[in-house]
Amino acid sequence: MQAFLFQVIVLAPLLGALVAGLLGRSIGHRPAEIITSSLLVLAGLCSWIVFLGILFAGGGAEHGAEAAGHGEEAAHAAFALAESTKVTLFSWVHVGDLSLDWMIRVDTLTGVMLVVVTTVSALVHIYSIGYMHEDPHRARFFAYLSLFTFAMLMLVTADNFLQLFFGWEGVGLASYLLIGFWYKKPSANAAAMKAFIVNRVGDFGFALGIFGAFMMLGSINFDEAFAQVSHMEGVTIDFLWGQWDAMTVICLLLFLGAMGKSAQFLLHTWLPDAMEGPTPVSALIHAATMVTAGVFMVARLSPMFEASEVALTVVIYVGAITAFFAATVGLVQNDIKRVIAYSTCSQLGYMFVALGLGAYSAGIFHLFTHAFFKALLFLGAGSVIHAMHHEQDMRKMGGLRTKIPLTYAMMMIGTLALTGVGIPGTPIGFAGFFSKDAIIESAAGAHTAAGDFAFWMLVIAAVFTSFYSWRLVHLTFHGKTRASRETYSHAHESPNVMMIPLYVLAAGAVLSGVLFHEVFFANAEHVTAFFRNAIVVDEHVIEEAHHVALWVKWSPAIAMIIGFLVAWQFYIRRPDLPKALAAEHSGLYQFLLNKWYFDELYDFIFVRPAKWLGRALWRGFDDWLIDGIIVGGLAARVKDVTDRVVRLQSGYLYHYAFAMLIGVAALITWAIATGGLL
Amino acid sequence: MESNILAQNILTIVTFLPLVGALFVLVVPGTDSVSKMNMRRIALATTVVTFVFTLVLWAMFDPSDPGFQFVQNVELIPPAIGYRMGVDGISVLFIVLTGLLMPACILASWESVENRVREYMVSFLILETLMIGVFATLDLAFFYVFFEGGLIPMFLIIGIWGGKRRIQASYKFFFYTFVGSVLMLLAIMAMYWNAGTLDIQRLLKHSFPPEMQFWLWLAFFASFAVKMPMWPFHRWLPEAHVEAPTAGSVILAAILLKLGGYGFLRFSLPMFPDASAYFANFVFFLSVCAIVITSLVALVQEDVKKLIAYSSVAHMGYVTMGIFTANVYGIQGAIFQMISHGIVSGALFLCVGVIYDRMHTREIAAYGGLVERMPQYAFAFMVFTMANVGLPGTSGFIGEFLTLIGIFQVNTWVAVGATLGVILSAGYALWLYRRVIFGALEKDSLKGILDLSRREMVVLVPLIVLTIFFGFYPAPILDATAASVEALVQHYADAVGTGAMTVAAH
Repeated sequence: MQAFLFQVIVLAPLLGALVAGLLGRSIGHRPAEIITSSLLVLAGLCSWIVFLGILFAGGGAEHGAEAAGHGEEAAHAAFALAESTKVTLFSWVHVGDLSLDWMIRVDTLTGVMLVVVTTVSALVHIYSIGYMHEDPHRARFFAYLSLFTFAMLMLVTADNFLQLFFGWEGVGLASYLLIGFWYKKPSANAAAMKAFIVNRVGDFGFALGIFGAFMMLGSINFDEAFAQVSHMEGVTIDFLWGQWDAMTVICLLLFLGAMGKSAQFLLHTWLPDAMEGPTPVSALIHAATMVTAGVFMVARLSPMFEASEVALTVVIYVGAITAFFAATVGLVQNDIKRVIAYSTCSQLGYMFVALGLGAYSAGIFHLFTHAFFKALLFLGAGSVIHAMHHEQDMRKMGGLRTKIPLTYAMMMIGTLALTGVGIPGTPIGFAGFFSKDAIIESAAGAHTAAGDFAFWMLVIAAVFTSFYSWRLVHLTFHGKTRASRETYSHAHESPNVMMIPLYVLAAGAVLSGVLFHEVFFANAEHVTAFFRNAIVVDEHVIEEAHHVALWVKWSPAIAMIIGFLVAWQFYIRRPDLPKALAAEHSGLYQFLLNKWYFDELYDFIFVRPAKWLGRALWRGFDDWLIDGIIVGGLAARVKDVTDRVVRLQSGYLYHYAFAMLIGVAALITWAIATGGLL
Repeated sequence: MESNILAQNILTIVTFLPLVGALFVLVVPGTDSVSKMNMRRIALATTVVTFVFTLVLWAMFDPSDPGFQFVQNVELIPPAIGYRMGVDGISVLFIVLTGLLMPACILASWESVENRVREYMVSFLILETLMIGVFATLDLAFFYVFFEGGLIPMFLIIGIWGGKRRIQASYKFFFYTFVGSVLMLLAIMAMYWNAGTLDIQRLLKHSFPPEMQFWLWLAFFASFAVKMPMWPFHRWLPEAHVEAPTAGSVILAAILLKLGGYGFLRFSLPMFPDASAYFANFVFFLSVCAIVITSLVALVQEDVKKLIAYSSVAHMGYVTMGIFTANVYGIQGAIFQMISHGIVSGALFLCVGVIYDRMHTREIAAYGGLVERMPQYAFAFMVFTMANVGLPGTSGFIGEFLTLIGIFQVNTWVAVGATLGVILSAGYALWLYRRVIFGALEKDSLKGILDLSRREMVVLVPLIVLTIFFGFYPAPILDATAASVEALVQHYADAVGTGAMTVAAH
C-alpha cells in the first residue's frame, strides 16, 4: 500500500507531463491543464498522507528505543542507519562494483520535501490556469511544470548519488525550458542558457564528488556509502597535485554542485536572470523547490559532511556571505521579481549556515517555511504583475492597496513571514520568525569564529531583508501611484483560480512555523525522534542554540524593526530621501544596482576568453598549423604525383583514382600474406 | 549450438546480405523514376532484413560467455589466412548498431538523392557489408580489407554526392586515413612474422615481445587515431562531414568513427598490453585535449554540421580515455559511449539533413525560430541535443559517467580535465539550439518551412525512443558487454603484471 502511494506521488506528475506534452495539441489546452493539475493535487494529497504518517509515527514507542541510542556524539559514533522505506522500480547501471537501481526512498527528510514539492507544485499548477490563460502554448507550459515536478521528486526520493544527479539535472532541464518558455524573447533565451551552464559549473564539482565518493567509499548508494564514512578518519586521497583529507575533498566537490543549484555566492548569477521565466515558474522552481535542492543535498549527505570540519566551515562562510551579499543587492533593485529573487538567494544562504553549523534540522525547517512564504510572495507579485498588465518595475507602481486589496493582504502576510515577525520567547509569530531565529541562534550558539561571523552577517542581512521587503510593499502598494492613469484604472484583482492558491500558501506562511517548530528545532528529543537518522541530528547543537543570551534572541527582532523603520522613513515619510542618498553615494549605489558587477566580471574572465580561445584554436591551430602547414605540405607532394596520373584520365572520374589506390593497398596485403607462405 | 544452421551462419548472413541486395539493385533495368523507386525499395528492404537478422544475432548471443560466439573457421591459406568469423560482447552491438542505422540512411536519402541512385544505393550496401565485416571477422587480413575497404564507398559517397567542396574533402579524408593504414599494414605483416598466423583468436593468446609491442602499438595507433578521430588527427572530419550527404554523415559519425575505438579494444589493449600501459598517459593527454579543445572550437562554429562534427571529436575523447583506463568502468563506458554516440550523433546529422533538405544551407545564421513552425522537429532536436550534452536519462549520460568514474580511479588530473567537457558541451549545444530553434521566426525564407514529414518521423522517432530508453535502462547494452570486458580487463591486468591501474597512473 505504502509502495503504491509512493509510486503515485512520483509518477503522477510524469503521467501528466507526458499527456500534456505529447497529446496537448490533440486534446486541447483546457483538458491538459485540468489533467496535469488534478494529478498534482492527487500527488499532493498522497504526500500529506505520507508526511502525517511519518510525523505521528515519530512520537511512537516503537521508534523511541532506536532514537534514544543517539546522544550528542551521534555524528561521530558508529553509523546509524536511517529509518526509511525503499521501493525498487527497476535496475539502472550495474557495472563492476557499481550497482544502482531506480528507487523511491522515503524517510523523514524525503517526507518533508515531498510535501513541499507537491503542495507548492499543485498550487502553482492551479494558479497558472489563471495566470497563463492567454498564452497560446499553455499545454506545453503545463507539461514542463509537471516534468519539473517529476524530476524534483526523483531527486528527493533518490537512494543513490546517481539518481540524485538525475533529478538534479532533470530539474535543470525543466528550469532551462521554463525560463526560456517565451522563446521569442532574446533575454529569456539568454537567461535560460545562462542558468543551465552556470548550473553545469556546479555539476562539474558534483560529478567529481560522486566519482571521488565511489573511489573512496566503494559505493554510491547512500546507506552503503554512509556506513563507510566512519572508517574515513585520517584517510587521504590523491587529488590533482597533492594529498588531501578524502572526506574534505569529496564534500567540497559535492558542495560546489549545491552552490550552483542553490545560487550561492559566485555561482548565483543565473538566479536573478531566471526571472525572465513566467512568474509561476519563479515561484515553484526559483523560490520554493529547485533552488533548495542544494540544501536538501547537503542535508541528505549530512553523515558525510559531518566527517569534514573544513567542509562544514566552508558551508558556513559561503552561506553567510551569500545571505549578506544578496541582501545588499536586493536593497536597490527596481524589478519586483528581482527583489524577491535576491531575497531567495539570501534566504538560501541562511539555510546553508544552519547546515554548516550542524543544525541540519534548522536548515530544513527554514527550507520548509520559506517554501510557503516565498511562493506566496512570488505568486502575489505575479498577481500584481497580472493586474498591472505585465509591468514589473516598482517605480511605475504605487498606491495599489485599494485596487487589489486581497493581493495586498496576501503580500503583507508573505512579508511578515519573510521578515520574521513574532514575539521572542513566545510561540507567537509568523513562519519565518521561528525558522530564521532558529538559524541565528544556532550561529550564536556555536561559539566558533565561523559561527560568530555568520551570526553577525545574518543579523545584518535580517536588517536588509526587512528593509527591502517593506520597500517592496511601500513602493508597490502604498503612497500615490506612479503608474499611468490608464494602467492604474484598469488594475484589477486576479480571478479566484489565482487567489485560492494564495490563500492556501498564506495559511502555510502563518502556521507552518508554529505548528512544526517543535519537531524541527524547539525540542531536541522530538527532533531526533522525528528525523530518525534521516539526517544527522546533533542535540548538543540545538541545546546550545536554546541557551544563547537574551540579547541574541532579541537581535533578529530588533534587526527586523530597524529595517522596517528605515523603509518607512525612506518611502513613506520622506520619499525624496532614497534619490538623494543614491546621488550622494552614487559609487556604492551603482555597485549594488549592478549586482557587484559579477556579470561583467564573468563575461570578462570566462565567456570572452573561451570564445577567443575557441576561435584561435580553430583558425590558428586547426586550419593554419595542421591543415595548412603540416598536412597541406605533405598532401601537396602526394597531389603532385597523383595529378599527373589524373591527367591521363578523361577527367570525368578524377577522384576514382584514389579509390583504386586503396584497392591496390588491399591487393598488396593479400600478396604479402600469401607471398609469405609461398 | 552446432546443429543449429542459423547460429553457424548468421554472421555470414548479416555480413553479406547487403551485398546480395546490391546485386539486385545493379540488375534493376532502366534509369527512369519508377526504376529509381524500385532501387530505393530494394535497398530499404535489404537493410531492414539485415537489421532483423542483426537483432536475431543479438537475441541469440549469450551474454554470460566472454569468448567468441557463432564462430566459423574455414582455413583458406593455413595457417595464415582463413575465413574466420565470430563475435564477442565487444563487437556484437556494433553490428546491431550498423543494422539499425542503415535503413535510416536509406530513408534519409529517399528524396534528397536524385542522380545516380543506383550507384548510391550500391555504395551504401557495399559499405554496410564492409562495416559489419570489420566487427564480425576474426582474421586480421580480412579485418584489414574490411577496415580499409570501407574507405572506398565512403570516399565515393562524399566525392560524388557531396557538397560544393566535395573533392577537397574526399581528398583530405582519403589522405589522412590512408597514411594511417599503410603503417597498420606494416604492423600486420610484422605480427604475422612473429606469431605465424593472422587468426585473431590465436593472436589474442600470443604475447608479443614488449619492445615489438611498442612499435606495433604505434602503427595501429596511427590508423585508429585517425579513424576515431583523436585530436590532433581530427582535421579531416569536419570537412568530410560538411561535404558529405546526410546519410554519409550519419554513417561516418555513427559507424566509421567507431572502427578506431573497436580497433583499440580488439588489438591494442589485449595484444599490446605493455605498450598500452606505457602509452596510457599519452592517450589520456590527447583525450583531454580532444574534449576541451574541440569543445572550445565547437563553441565558435558557424556551420551546423561542423559544430556537430567537432562535438563528435570531443565525445570520442571520452571513448579513448575510457578504453585506456583498462578498468571495467572505463571500458564498459567507452563501449556504451560509442553505441550511444552512434545513435545520437547519427540522429543529429539526420536532424541537420531535415532542415538542409528544406533550405539548402547549413549556416547557423540562416535559421532561427524554427520551433514556431516545426514543433515536432524542435522536440526531436531537443532530445538529441540533451543526449549530446550528456543529460542523465538519455543514453549520452551513461557512457560519459562510466568513463569518468573509471578515469577518476586512474588519474584525477585527467578526470578533472575531462569533466570540464560537461560544462563546455552544454555551452556549444545549447548555443546551437538557441540560434536554430529559439528566437522569433523573422526570416522570410523560413516562413513556409514545414514540420517533419511522415518519412522523417519514421526515421527519428525510433531513435528518440532508443535514446531515452537506454538512458533509463542501459542493461541490454551493459549486460551484453560485461562478460567480455571483464575478461579483457583481467587479461590485461595479468599481462601487465602489477595490475593495470598502478602502471597507468605513474
